[in-house]
Amino acid sequence: MSAAVIEIEGAKGKESVETARAAYEHPLPVRLCHWVNSVALFVLIGSGLQIFRAFPSFGAKIPQKDLLDWPKSLAIGGWLGGALQWHLTFMWIYIATGLVYLGYQIFSGNYRQVLFLPRDIPGVWPMAKHYFFFGAKPAAKEAYNSLQKHAYTTVFALGVLSVVTGLAIWKPVQFSWLAWLMGGFHWARVWHFAIMWAILLFVFGHLVMVILHGWNNFVSMLTGWKKDPEYDPR
Amino acid sequence: MVECVFGRRAMDPQNGDANNLDSKTTDAESGDAKLAEAKIVDADNLSPKVSQRRFRQMNRRELLKLTPVIALGAFAIPALREPLLKQGLRFSDWASGTLFRSGQLAPTFADSAVTPLEKFPVNDYDVDDPGVIFENWTLSVSGEVQKPGEYSLSQIQALPRIRQNTRHVCVEGWDVIGRFGGTRLSDFLNLIGADATARFITVSCADDYYESLDMATALHPQTLLCYEMYDQPLTREHGAPLRLNIPTKIGYKQAKYLTELKVTRVLDRVGYWEDQGYSWFYGL
Repeated sequence: MSAAVIEIEGAKGKESVETARAAYEHPLPVRLCHWVNSVALFVLIGSGLQIFRAFPSFGAKIPQKDLLDWPKSLAIGGWLGGALQWHLTFMWIYIATGLVYLGYQIFSGNYRQVLFLPRDIPGVWPMAKHYFFFGAKPAAKEAYNSLQKHAYTTVFALGVLSVVTGLAIWKPVQFSWLAWLMGGFHWARVWHFAIMWAILLFVFGHLVMVILHGWNNFVSMLTGWKKDPEYDPR
Repeated sequence: MVECVFGRRAMDPQNGDANNLDSKTTDAESGDAKLAEAKIVDADNLSPKVSQRRFRQMNRRELLKLTPVIALGAFAIPALREPLLKQGLRFSDWASGTLFRSGQLAPTFADSAVTPLEKFPVNDYDVDDPGVIFENWTLSVSGEVQKPGEYSLSQIQALPRIRQNTRHVCVEGWDVIGRFGGTRLSDFLNLIGADATARFITVSCADDYYESLDMATALHPQTLLCYEMYDQPLTREHGAPLRLNIPTKIGYKQAKYLTELKVTRVLDRVGYWEDQGYSWFYGL
């Protein structure tokens, strides 16, 4: 793709002189948004679960049937008011990183390396087969394979939905049409909760992949440069 | 076009120079294609070469550019956390006030959608019944008004009666649809000659609860001085004889057992729950 590529000259192990290649995969705005958003997501999920603890149900208040007793130690804020402070502060950081990310991707054209398009559909199954059923690994052609594009595009959409459903809960009068679209105030709460779990599922898969793909891959989200990429980056 | 494709193929490392040359000879008849191919191959050779040391330096610099992220660590420092979260809450309140539109009505519901009274939760910060003596009850009006003084329930009930089925949303996350009856707060503010340029309304309650409202919400057509629920006089646990019903606000703003109402330019008391750390505006 459009990523900058360099050749690294110099001694490498016992071999005399070898050239390695490195591709600049993650531009600075993307890396900044990634890390700030990770922190914001962590705080929003933690405080969101503390807010949920105040009424852990999607039914009536009388009689109240709790869905689950989420442990307080796995929540942020200590009590409802504290959790709301965290939630109402970090939601702005979350939205801001989402907007900066989206704006950067569009104006730089960098979205081409990550946006999932219909032409990526045929590549999803071979990749999934490789990961889940130990099938042969399809040859890497670009920074992201079809399954990665699918995951990153989907999780961005989930991020947008988490904001929209949150807005419907926070402002069910000013945005009553939003709440109506979601099937009413009750359903907006259900969607907001379900989307959190969907995002958590992504985070789990994402972290497993990061661990499986090792240090070199992880560092690329810190420095932008990926050494010895599997694909030909030129 | 075909030639171009060949040219790009030549870039694959597996193909290498031999294929490159090969494709050149097969495309010999097309001068333009040759030129285009040469450019691509040239661009290829131009990918910059750096030393290991230089590459490490580049990586360090790129890593250092992420230092702004560390600013979020301020939230981990106890002394900074509280003021930062207060600012966040204040910003959210500002956004809430900006999003509030006087003409935007809260959804209203059919009688059949109303939650039965026995399933309408009673929430207090202290007691269900602060023991108001109804015969002696008056609403004490003060502040930026032309006619301060004591107002009886019948004076309030003489104003046009509004009945509305609206959603009551608790900060905890539950909600009920209730039937509320009362007079518009805006009508009452008119009666007492309130200065609409004053910014706030504060109320005090028989159970020592206290709350405050922005003027825009006070003047909203669905904001009621509520003396009826489910077409019956307010019961004691629901705030008799007079409470606020504000379908555009969260539940804790809708104070019960009202005893005092003040129109003011300066907010000296914000609200009981707000003082514990909740949002002040909390408009829905």
